[in-house]
Amino acid sequence: MPRQLIPIVLSLITLGLVSCGKTSAPNSAATGEMTVLIGASNPMTGPQAHLGKDNENGTRLAIEDANALGMTIGGKKVKFELVSEDDAADPKTGTIVAQKFVDQKVSGVIGHLNSGTTIPASRIYSEAGIPQISPSATNPKYTHQGFKTAFRVIPNDTQQGGELGRYVASKIGAKTAAVMDDTTQYGQGLANQFEEAAKAAGVMILTHEHTDDKATDFQAILTNIKAKKPDIIFYGGMDAQSGPMMKQIRSLGIPAKFITGDGGCSTEFLSLAGTSGEGAYCSLPGMPIEKMPKGEDFKKRFNAKYGEIQDYAPYCYDAVMVMIDAMKRADSALPAKYLPELAKSNFDGVTAHISFDDNGDLKGGVITVYQLRSGKWVALETLGAKP
Amino acid sequence: MDIFLQQVINGLVQGSLYALVALGYTMVYGIIELVNFAHGEVVMVGAMVGLSVIERLAARGDTGWGVIAIGVLVAIPSCMALGLGIERVAYRPLRKAPRLAPLISAIGVSIALQQLAALIWGRNYLHYPDVLSNPQFHIGGAVITQVQLVILATTGILMLLTWLIVQKTALGRAMRASAQNPSVAGLMGVNVDRIIALTFLMGSGLAAVAGVLVGTYYGVGNHTMGFMLGLKAFTAAVLGGIGSLNGAMLGGLLLGVIENLGAGYLGSVTNGTIGSNYSDVLAFIMLIAVLVFRPSGLMGERGSEKV
Amino acid sequence: MNKRILIWLLCLAVVLALPFGTDALLGRSWVRLLDFALLYAMLALGLNIVVGYAGLLDLGYVAFYAVGAYLYAMLASPHIGMHWPLWALLPMGALLAASFGAVLGAPTLGLRGDYLAIVTMGFGEIIRLFLRNLNITNGPAGIDLIDPIQIGGFSFGSSHSLLGWDLPSIYSYYFLFVVLTALIVLVSYRLSDSRIGRAWAAIREDEIAAKSMGLNTRYLKLMAFAMGAAFGGISGVLFAGFQGFISPESFTMGESVMILCMVVLGGMGHLSGVIMGAILLAILPEAFRPLSQFQQITFGHVWLDPANLRMLMFALALIMVMILRPEGLWPSPVRRRELHPNDAMPASAQKEGP
Repeated sequence: MPRQLIPIVLSLITLGLVSCGKTSAPNSAATGEMTVLIGASNPMTGPQAHLGKDNENGTRLAIEDANALGMTIGGKKVKFELVSEDDAADPKTGTIVAQKFVDQKVSGVIGHLNSGTTIPASRIYSEAGIPQISPSATNPKYTHQGFKTAFRVIPNDTQQGGELGRYVASKIGAKTAAVMDDTTQYGQGLANQFEEAAKAAGVMILTHEHTDDKATDFQAILTNIKAKKPDIIFYGGMDAQSGPMMKQIRSLGIPAKFITGDGGCSTEFLSLAGTSGEGAYCSLPGMPIEKMPKGEDFKKRFNAKYGEIQDYAPYCYDAVMVMIDAMKRADSALPAKYLPELAKSNFDGVTAHISFDDNGDLKGGVITVYQLRSGKWVALETLGAKP
Repeated sequence: MDIFLQQVINGLVQGSLYALVALGYTMVYGIIELVNFAHGEVVMVGAMVGLSVIERLAARGDTGWGVIAIGVLVAIPSCMALGLGIERVAYRPLRKAPRLAPLISAIGVSIALQQLAALIWGRNYLHYPDVLSNPQFHIGGAVITQVQLVILATTGILMLLTWLIVQKTALGRAMRASAQNPSVAGLMGVNVDRIIALTFLMGSGLAAVAGVLVGTYYGVGNHTMGFMLGLKAFTAAVLGGIGSLNGAMLGGLLLGVIENLGAGYLGSVTNGTIGSNYSDVLAFIMLIAVLVFRPSGLMGERGSEKV
Repeated sequence: MNKRILIWLLCLAVVLALPFGTDALLGRSWVRLLDFALLYAMLALGLNIVVGYAGLLDLGYVAFYAVGAYLYAMLASPHIGMHWPLWALLPMGALLAASFGAVLGAPTLGLRGDYLAIVTMGFGEIIRLFLRNLNITNGPAGIDLIDPIQIGGFSFGSSHSLLGWDLPSIYSYYFLFVVLTALIVLVSYRLSDSRIGRAWAAIREDEIAAKSMGLNTRYLKLMAFAMGAAFGGISGVLFAGFQGFISPESFTMGESVMILCMVVLGGMGHLSGVIMGAILLAILPEAFRPLSQFQQITFGHVWLDPANLRMLMFALALIMVMILRPEGLWPSPVRRRELHPNDAMPASAQKEGP
């Protein structure tokens, strides 16, 4: 009989030990001061940890700046506090983190980093009425679910794919194209948008092939594409694939130009593709940091504290500032009160002038096209409607 | 016709890599009737160890095939040690256990190796440094690169060597005897435990070479690269007839060619409904079909199940 | 007898109070975790029938989870526009998964352990690849905005007031899952002590002997696959309604291996052990979270990724358990005797339930 109790006792001990990991609830002192919690969810472990840390740093910088200003909201002195969690870029963990934030009654969430985690989590935030601004999720679906709490400060893939499609027709002068994607939500979505826009601009799509996001051998597909002799090859997917793909394209002797989206617009691509990457095109949402309205200044301050900017840190900064700006205008940090103000934002941020359309998308989003020249990405042109 | 030729060339190159790994599976299965789930991971370790070595050398400015060779020379003993360790720790204690136990243990080893590699090398896709110039040669309208030629040559030589050892040496005789009937072989004076260890040694050595070649060929190394490769190599071994060396080699080449032709033409044949993203499904379906309809494979003996 | 009833009452009390206690001690997200743990418990119980009772190593079990989940997702969401109720979809999910189980099991009937494992693994991957690539399953994007579970007018997805007390949706789901888990436990228990259960045990121990005693091994194996799959399908249906969003990423081979770990580490064939294994392994990721936070604070960088560390521990545990204690951490005494035939029998050995 005692033997049967052992597992129960063990489980209770485990529960007890684990409760040490619980984060404490915020204390709202009644002394004319209040703490406003802002949640940030990013992959802090795993292959994208460097991007997650970058996001967290950008968010942190904004919160420190805001605290330095010593604001008053609703008659009380405000101290902003960052609650940072790791969602490991996994949708299920993302929902658990979202639930945590809701339980802790955060006033707003900056996140998540990936579209794959942002979208399922957005439902939880919407049901709790907590505003959510993503600095980096580009999948259009995020803002098309009808949630009033979903916003983003970065252009989405509809804009990115669309602009690229038109670009290859007009600026590169391509008449035929072969499209490939990695069958992920991001890659396939981007590739489909590109294909539509290119078709509309008069480019003939010779074939649309699929691979997956773990593959490293594309030679069978590329040989097939080689036979069709396209002017350009477009790939929707990440640098881990587009790098080796670029190598194989050149070693098979395919002369076509190579275009990819923001997934391949990285330093990883440079090292994985090596010399065969010369001349490839990629695109990033937004503009290069040097061209951003307050970019140079932000870059200096960020580098001094946290080192090199990876990617989305300036967008995180803007997301926090736009949120706080809405709180100021509503004179309240309660989600129900400042949410309508957030939707009406008209804010001059580091990255751009920020205002949202009815879906929560950034109005006037631009993308920048880069080309690999002499082993470096060089910004060619910024496309898209200017606000 | 050029495209067909290109697909076949690519298929043979890929297939010879499968064959090299398949040899490891088939030799181990022949002797202890266990599918060494961890074999794919041993290939991965070979690739990663080679990567670290080649990275160091490339950072110093060395280039050329010598760098790759040194990578291989370091990877081989590492993988051999790993293979021996796995056999001793995870398989030997379970030789008399019910069927399920060594199988689950093998799965455990496979996952443990993957996770260890992730802890050591990280989860990112790592880049195999560009130390080769890799000129291309033209055959008809198809292209074959230097790396591809080296792969074909190396795997061919290794397969020949393995065949010679197993068929023509005393060691090989002992291996074949142990595979046929371990207890009688033991009575004949063969140290079966030692032979099993040597089998693992050989298989792991081949795996190391395969790993570095794969890394060089595709330019990337990652802790997950062993899983699919191992599965496909096992499919090749089964296709050719598990337990048969010739079967493993034939199965590997065949699988490589079928996979490339399939991925290349699947889309056009089915008019876009089934595209190239189903090429992995093709490999799995082949595996299941062979196991269900002709478990002895192409070159295996049609025998009844050993009781 | 009295002691037994006392233990049962104690367990019942713990089970009923658990969500409230966890919420107070650890916070509401842990209650959500508990719900996931119960879903895993159902899956582990299902796999227990295939692996623990019949001795068939199924490495692609997660496919049946996926079948149930996608069935519910397609028929209770805006995806096609149909919104069928739970009382129809739950049995449908179980039935569909069971038929998949029979179909997947059929070609494997003549295969031996190793080959069986690999073929089932292949099937698991094939199903995942198809789910990922077909248009009707919405490919890699998955299906979202799935209806929460509703029985009658009571929606589990929203909070309710019960006798003046607040009943959040995760509590409602908890009690629903507990009821279903209890049902599955009951069915498993009855099965194990029935003719079929004993026939499965015979196949597990020595298939050829079983065949020569006249057992229809083909039919029995198919039954094992089908029943195990049915439980997986039930869990899948509940999962889809609970999470509101599913994608092929939730149904990888890694998940199959996790469920296998739960069964093997907990105690193959022993119901309490399997449930304990499931709950322990399900909450472990959250329990490891402080480790990464600790590393961030101390080193500013995570050197040892807790996800990899955790899987490494599982894998090593698998190996060690197989070598040292193949019957699992909390086995049935019968099974322990089975696997250590050379140990001396203790004088007080009683025959207890599975």
